[in-house]
Amino acid sequence: MDRIKELFWIFGFSLAGELAHHLIPLPVPASIYGLLGLLAALKAGWLHPAKVERTADFLVEIMPLLFVPAGVGLVASWEQLRPVLVPVLLITLVSTVTVFGVTGLVAQHLLDRKKVSRHE
Amino acid sequence: MSEFYALSAYLPLALCIGFYLLGMVLRRRLHSGLVNPLLVAILLCIAFLQISGMPYETFSEGAEPLSLLLTPATVCLALPLYRQWHFLRKYPGAILCAVTAGAVTSMGTVLLLCRLLALDRSVYVTLLPKSITTAIGMGVAEELGGMVTITVAVIVVTGILGNLLGDVFCKVFRLTNPVAKGLALGSSAHAIGTAKAMELGEVEGAISSLAIVLSGLITVAGASVFAQFA
Repeated sequence: MDRIKELFWIFGFSLAGELAHHLIPLPVPASIYGLLGLLAALKAGWLHPAKVERTADFLVEIMPLLFVPAGVGLVASWEQLRPVLVPVLLITLVSTVTVFGVTGLVAQHLLDRKKVSRHE
Repeated sequence: MSEFYALSAYLPLALCIGFYLLGMVLRRRLHSGLVNPLLVAILLCIAFLQISGMPYETFSEGAEPLSLLLTPATVCLALPLYRQWHFLRKYPGAILCAVTAGAVTSMGTVLLLCRLLALDRSVYVTLLPKSITTAIGMGVAEELGGMVTITVAVIVVTGILGNLLGDVFCKVFRLTNPVAKGLALGSSAHAIGTAKAMELGEVEGAISSLAIVLSGLITVAGASVFAQFA
């Protein structure tokens, strides 16, 4: 019974996300509306985490597996990727390093400044 | 055999799950971040299709139940966000500024490099969500008219880069603060980077999983703005 209720809530929020995606003309995926809805319900205390967490943790744990079919779709789009493969890999590398550095340095700068000002 | 491919309802699912499991076993045996189960499963499934002659359409229809679970699984990311919320309350400014700076940098570098290399809009929007978690990134690419399968591949490669080079990057950028390390890994390399963050420490791992969701949400908002520039 409890598991069925967990499934009900998770699919219910997915459905609500789909509905929001259908009604709101923004390029926001349905899953994001569902995520925000579930977060709001948890934060507001309408839904206790214990009411969804076993099924939710299971779904989050198997999430990488769920991307396998999408990744295999590469065979279908290989013709589009092949001509731009080298620039795409270059962009991936440069952008990943830069994002890592900017995020880390901004965070460290702000956190250390906070620490210093507390000592003063 | 080809009749069996067409008839079997479970072969594509068994391939996806079996090869993923094999990837997990290999990673454990080889102790290497290079072996990513998702990447192993994708490559072995592709190899299977090439060798067996099973049509991609048959595979894709059979594996549909996995794709169908993606939306509910993404919705469930609300739970880790809920659990790590106290970090957000403790360091709200640093976390939000750093993750926003990271998301803007990700989309900014993609914009700049796509312009420099004269790539089309379709490639540009395909790459825009490259640093965020696959579940959200796929949705963003789809909404903007990108090539979703390429987005998935690029996201996985990005994650593996972050996972493999995370230690080196921390040294290069002289990151010592665990919160800063977690934010950098989660923002740049999503869930696969978070696996590295969890190896570094509990705080790093928790902050990194918080960064995945925040960065995904900020990118959803930012990508529609960045998409206007192409």
